[in-house]
Amino acid sequence: MITRQTFKTFEGRRRARFDREALWGYVFVGPWIIGFIIFTLGPVLASLGLSFADYELLTPPNWIGIKNYVELLTRDRLFLVSLYNTLYYTLLSVPLGIILAFLLALLLNVELPGMNFFRTVFYLPAVTSGVAVSLLWIWLFNPQYGLINYLLRLVGLPGPGWLVDPTWSKPAFILMSLWGVGGTAVIFLAGLQGVPVSLYEAAVIDGASEWQKFWHVTVPMMTPVIFFNLVMGIIGSFQVFTSAYVMTGGGPQDSTLFYVLYLFRQGFALLRMGYAAAMAWILFIIIIVLTLIQFRLSEKWVFYESQSAE
Amino acid sequence: MAAAQTRTDGSAKFRRFSWYRVRRNGAKVVWYVGLILLGSLFSLPFFWMISSSLKVEARIWIYPPKWLPNPVLWENYPEALRLMHFGQLLQNTAFLTGVGTLAVVLSSSWIVYGFARLDFPGKNVIFTILLATMMLPGQVTMVPRFIMFKELHWLNTYLPLLVPALFGDAFYIFLLRQFYMGIPTELDDAARIDGCNYVGIWWRILLPLAKPALATVTVFSIIRGWNDFLWPLIILNDSEKFNLALGLATFRGLYHTQWAYLMAASVVILLPTIILYFFAQRFIVEGIALTGLKG
Repeated sequence: MITRQTFKTFEGRRRARFDREALWGYVFVGPWIIGFIIFTLGPVLASLGLSFADYELLTPPNWIGIKNYVELLTRDRLFLVSLYNTLYYTLLSVPLGIILAFLLALLLNVELPGMNFFRTVFYLPAVTSGVAVSLLWIWLFNPQYGLINYLLRLVGLPGPGWLVDPTWSKPAFILMSLWGVGGTAVIFLAGLQGVPVSLYEAAVIDGASEWQKFWHVTVPMMTPVIFFNLVMGIIGSFQVFTSAYVMTGGGPQDSTLFYVLYLFRQGFALLRMGYAAAMAWILFIIIIVLTLIQFRLSEKWVFYESQSAE
Repeated sequence: MAAAQTRTDGSAKFRRFSWYRVRRNGAKVVWYVGLILLGSLFSLPFFWMISSSLKVEARIWIYPPKWLPNPVLWENYPEALRLMHFGQLLQNTAFLTGVGTLAVVLSSSWIVYGFARLDFPGKNVIFTILLATMMLPGQVTMVPRFIMFKELHWLNTYLPLLVPALFGDAFYIFLLRQFYMGIPTELDDAARIDGCNYVGIWWRILLPLAKPALATVTVFSIIRGWNDFLWPLIILNDSEKFNLALGLATFRGLYHTQWAYLMAASVVILLPTIILYFFAQRFIVEGIALTGLKG
């Protein structure tokens, strides 16, 4: 039983302050919790429910069990095509992007006059995105009059049809994604600048060559950053939408029908909301599984400084 | 702030070290040649966009292409902007971006005070959930959100694009928290002894000290709002309500072969983000480093 006396003790007063602090804690984070319930948790559960229903917006949802999933995985050829296209895009654009960004960061991690200017140049494409950039790349990829094929012909290579050729349309998107590696390069650059100089000095004392310093100091110290970029890069590339919607609309011959574009088509063009919800959940599961696999694999190759230091 | 300080110190030492290596090897020239070649390659699309935007339509369709426009047709710009109803689109986009950014920056900075400074049961669990939502693909919530907005009769209004901003954004909260953690708590304690309440501490101490981080979040939010496409595409029907991204996509549908106009319109739409980038480069780069490195 709480008496007046208890409150007067130091312990009691501290607890009162603690309760007040906890109360205010909820007042501050409250908006996020409410927003999370309304705009995330509720919709996530609703979309799970809808994925087992037939719902075309005008009539009430009709429970159909796992039919949507069965149709997606066994009968919907375009679903498998969109999954293949997205995997193709991810498997090439993410690793190539990380390698290029890492090399770019190494190139920029040197104190030379004018370096800030170059950092700006490489980073600029990463802040520009969306419809305007997509239009620019349609024009660059124009098979006859585009700049890219002009440059290829200058060095004696045949210019492919890019966005109008089913074989070259996905590489076109990958090439375009590489233009935006500046964002990843900035993360690598910050990582490189955080490597303690003492490690390099120790390596020099041990008689390490430049290559050995790079391979045995820089690369291990960078593995957590590589891992971060890999996880976020894969999540991002699975959700590619605007560029595909604007540049090709999924064509030619569905060769750039990426996952989210097909989901959008099912949900908002054909109004098959239940079907789109099932697709969204499959996407969610794919991303969770890929992320977990990466975390599991990371134990084998990601080096955390604290493991050896402490 | 302390963390940022250490990083800068470390980088200065490391940079000096690399610089020494490059000078010693006499590799400076090679380095510059590489930078200039690669830099030109990265800038070429922008150059091509501007060059195309100033060409006479007929001179766009010639092979081999001309690097520079001759004659320079400045009239492409007013003409393209008139055809795409630029004034209305700009007004809509400025409104959406401005209000959305104000809402998300204020709400996120309010929320983060609870996560970074106050102790309450369940805080770690809630914060872990917040981090997990950053990995949740937006498509999972897209369909039910759309149905919810339809039931509320919010379709074809700006409400679905603005109201969620009032509840904070997980990525911005995470970024701000990284920054708040570096501000010494002694200041909070001193203010509390002086009789300042929690709202006062948030407003008078943390917001002013967190200005660089708030600037970063503001810049990110402006760029994101300016380029926003998927949600406006789903929500908005009337072309008078479109933002610039939607307007440009529509314009392209109507004038799909008029590349001089399309490029002129694209240049104008990209220009504000590019200008913003030049002024706020420091904040963007620090923000990326802050979230990317300790994530």
